[in-house]
Amino acid sequence: MITSNPPFSQDSYGPEAVIMKGVNGVNWQLAEYEKRGGYQALRKILSDEYSPGDVIAEVKKSALRGRGGAGFPTGLKWSFMPKGDGQKYIVCNSDEGEPGTFKDRDLLRYNPHIVIEGMAIAAYAIGASVGYNYIHGEIWEVYERFEEALEEARSAGYLGDKLLGSDFSFDLFAHHGFGAYICGEETALLESIEGKKGQPRFKPPFPASYGLYGCPTTINNTETFAAVPSLILGGGDAYLALGKPNNGGTKIFSVSGDVQNPGNYEVRLGTPFSKLLEMAGGVREGNRLKAVIPGGSSMPVLPANIMMSTDMDYDSIAEAGSMLGSGAVIIMDETRCMVRCLLRLSYFYHEESCGQCTPCREGTGWLYRLVKRIHSGLGEEGDIDKLLSLSDNIGGRTICALGDAAALPVKSFIEHFRPEFEYLVTHKESQIESK
Amino acid sequence: MSQTRMLSAEAYDAIDKEVAKYPPNRKQSAVMAALAIAQNELGWLSESAVEDVASYLEMRAIAVWEVATFYGMYNLKKPGRYKLSICTNLPCALQGANKTVDQLKALLGIDFNETDLDGLLTLKEAECMGACGDAPVVIINDREMRGKIGVEDVEKLLEELKAR
Ligand SMILES: Cc1cc2nc3c(=O)[nH]c(=O)nc-3n(C[C@H](O)[C@H](O)[C@H](O)COP(=O)(O)O)c2cc1C
Ligand code: SF4
Ligand code: FES
Repeated sequence: MITSNPPFSQDSYGPEAVIMKGVNGVNWQLAEYEKRGGYQALRKILSDEYSPGDVIAEVKKSALRGRGGAGFPTGLKWSFMPKGDGQKYIVCNSDEGEPGTFKDRDLLRYNPHIVIEGMAIAAYAIGASVGYNYIHGEIWEVYERFEEALEEARSAGYLGDKLLGSDFSFDLFAHHGFGAYICGEETALLESIEGKKGQPRFKPPFPASYGLYGCPTTINNTETFAAVPSLILGGGDAYLALGKPNNGGTKIFSVSGDVQNPGNYEVRLGTPFSKLLEMAGGVREGNRLKAVIPGGSSMPVLPANIMMSTDMDYDSIAEAGSMLGSGAVIIMDETRCMVRCLLRLSYFYHEESCGQCTPCREGTGWLYRLVKRIHSGLGEEGDIDKLLSLSDNIGGRTICALGDAAALPVKSFIEHFRPEFEYLVTHKESQIESK
Repeated sequence: MSQTRMLSAEAYDAIDKEVAKYPPNRKQSAVMAALAIAQNELGWLSESAVEDVASYLEMRAIAVWEVATFYGMYNLKKPGRYKLSICTNLPCALQGANKTVDQLKALLGIDFNETDLDGLLTLKEAECMGACGDAPVVIINDREMRGKIGVEDVEKLLEELKAR
C-alpha cells in the first residue's frame, strides 16, 4: 500500500507501472534515478540529434494526453508554440488541488528527477530556455525535496548552460503556491508566478502566444511531463500500445474515499474500473459500491452499475457520461448520503471562486445555499429544479472552467440520485442517514 | 522614509534566493515566497511586515496586500503558537476527517478559526491538500504535514505540540 511509510515495496504502484516503476519511497535521488535508466532519454535526444520537430512528432504519435484535467493532446499543444528565437517558457502545473488528486505529490517526492527530465525534453522541443514548476502551497516538504533534486540535476549538468555538451541550455526553478485552488487553472497560475492574485485570464490569447511575462508558454501537468522520458526512450508507438488508440500510455489513478487501501495505482489506460477497484482492496468493510467520481471532484458522478462496466481511459469515461480529469477516483459506498456529499463539494467551489465573473461568484454561493437548505430539511418544492437551472446558467458563461466545475457535480448528482434529493425535500430527513 | 527592517538576515538571504529565480526586472514574482518567509519567522503578517516586504521588493504596498489577502495560507491575524489546518473536503470526509475535527474541537474547546485559552493552537478548516490517500490530514504551521490522524491520535498530537 502506497500510503504506508517508505520504503514500501517496489511494485506498490502496481505491476504495470512505468513512471513509478521501481520507486520505493526512498530511492528518489539522482544516482538511483540514473540506475533506473534516468536521463537516458534526454541524452538520446541531445546526442542522436533529434530536432525539436522530431520530439514533437514522437509525442504526437504516442497519443499522450494531458494528465491535469482536460486531457488535451500533448504533442498538439507543443506544436502551437511559435518557432524562432524569442524568449519562451515551459511551466509545470504541480498545484495539485483538485479534491481527490494526490499523484503529483508522490511524483515530486518519490521520483522528482523524472519530472525534471521530462521538462528538459519538453523545453528542448518548444525552444524554452527557462522553466518553472509551480508546487502546491500545502506540501512544503515536497517543495524542499524538489529544490534538492534541482540542485542535484544542476551539479550533474542536466540543467544549466549547454546541457551534456550540446548547444541547448535550460534552467528550471520551483515556485511555491500558498493556498488557492484556482491557481491550478493555467492562466491563474501564470498570474501567480508573476506575483499577483491568481485570477484567470480571459482567453484567447492562449498561453502559447501570450503566457508568462507575456511570452509564449507551454503549461503541462506534472504527470504529463513524467510520461515523456519513457515515451522518448521506447518511442511513440510503443507508448501508444501501452494504452489504446487516442489514449496512449499508463495513468496514475489516485483512489480515495470508501476503499480498503486508498492510494496511487498506475495502470494502462483502458484498464477496467473493476480491476482498479480491486487493486485498491475493494470497497471498505465489504460494503456495496454506490457511486464514483472518476476524475476529480469537478467531474460528473456516476452510479456503481455504470462504473463497473466502464474502462479507465479518456474516451470510455466520456462515453459513460463523465470525464477522466486528473485521474482522481473518489469512491462512495452504500452508507453515503449523496446530498451531503454534494453539499461539501458545493461549499468548496463557493469558497474557491476567485470572484471575477458574476455567474460564478454569485452562482456558486446560490448553489451552496440551496444544497444546504435541502440537506438541512428546509428544502421547498421546486428547489431541485432551481438547482438545475442555476447550474445551466453558470456553465459556459464564465472566464474559466471553475464555473463548469461547480455546475457539473450538481447536475450529475441530481441526474443519478434525484430520489434522494426528493426524499429530503418531502421528508425533511436523509433517506440514507435516517435509516 | 526608509522602512524598518523586520526580519532576520537569514530571512532576507532566503528572499534574495527567491528573487534570483526570476528575470532581473521581475522581483515581484518573489512576493509570495517573501510573504511566506516573513510569516514563518513572525508567525503572521502584520501591517509593518507587509510594508517591509513591499519596500524590500520595491513594490507598492497595495500590490503586496492584494497577494496577502488572496491566498488562503497567509495569516492576517496572529494565530496561537500553532496553526493547525485540517482538510475536510469530500475524500477526507469519507475517510473520517470530521471525526478528527470533532475530537480536536472537543479537546481544545474551540471551533474553527478560534484559538484555545492557552494560546496553544488555532484551528483552521482547509481544502484539499493533495494528500487524500493519507486522510485525515493536518498541517502544522504551514510546513509540516501529518497524515492518518484518526480520532485516537488527536490527544497524542496535542500533547506533542504542547511539549515542544
Ligand atoms: C479550476 C481549475 C483548476 C485546475 N487545477 C489543476 C491542477 O491542480 N493541476 C493541473 O495540472 N491542472 C489543473 N487544471 C487544468 C489546467 O488549467 C491545465 O489545463 C493543465 O495544467 C494543462 O496540463 P495538461 O495538458 O498536461 O493536462 C485546472 C483547471 C481549472 C479550471
Ligand atoms: S469562473 Fe469563477 S474562478 Fe473562474 S475566473 Fe470566473 S469567477 Fe474566477
Ligand atoms: S480531500 Fe483532503 S487532502 Fe484531498
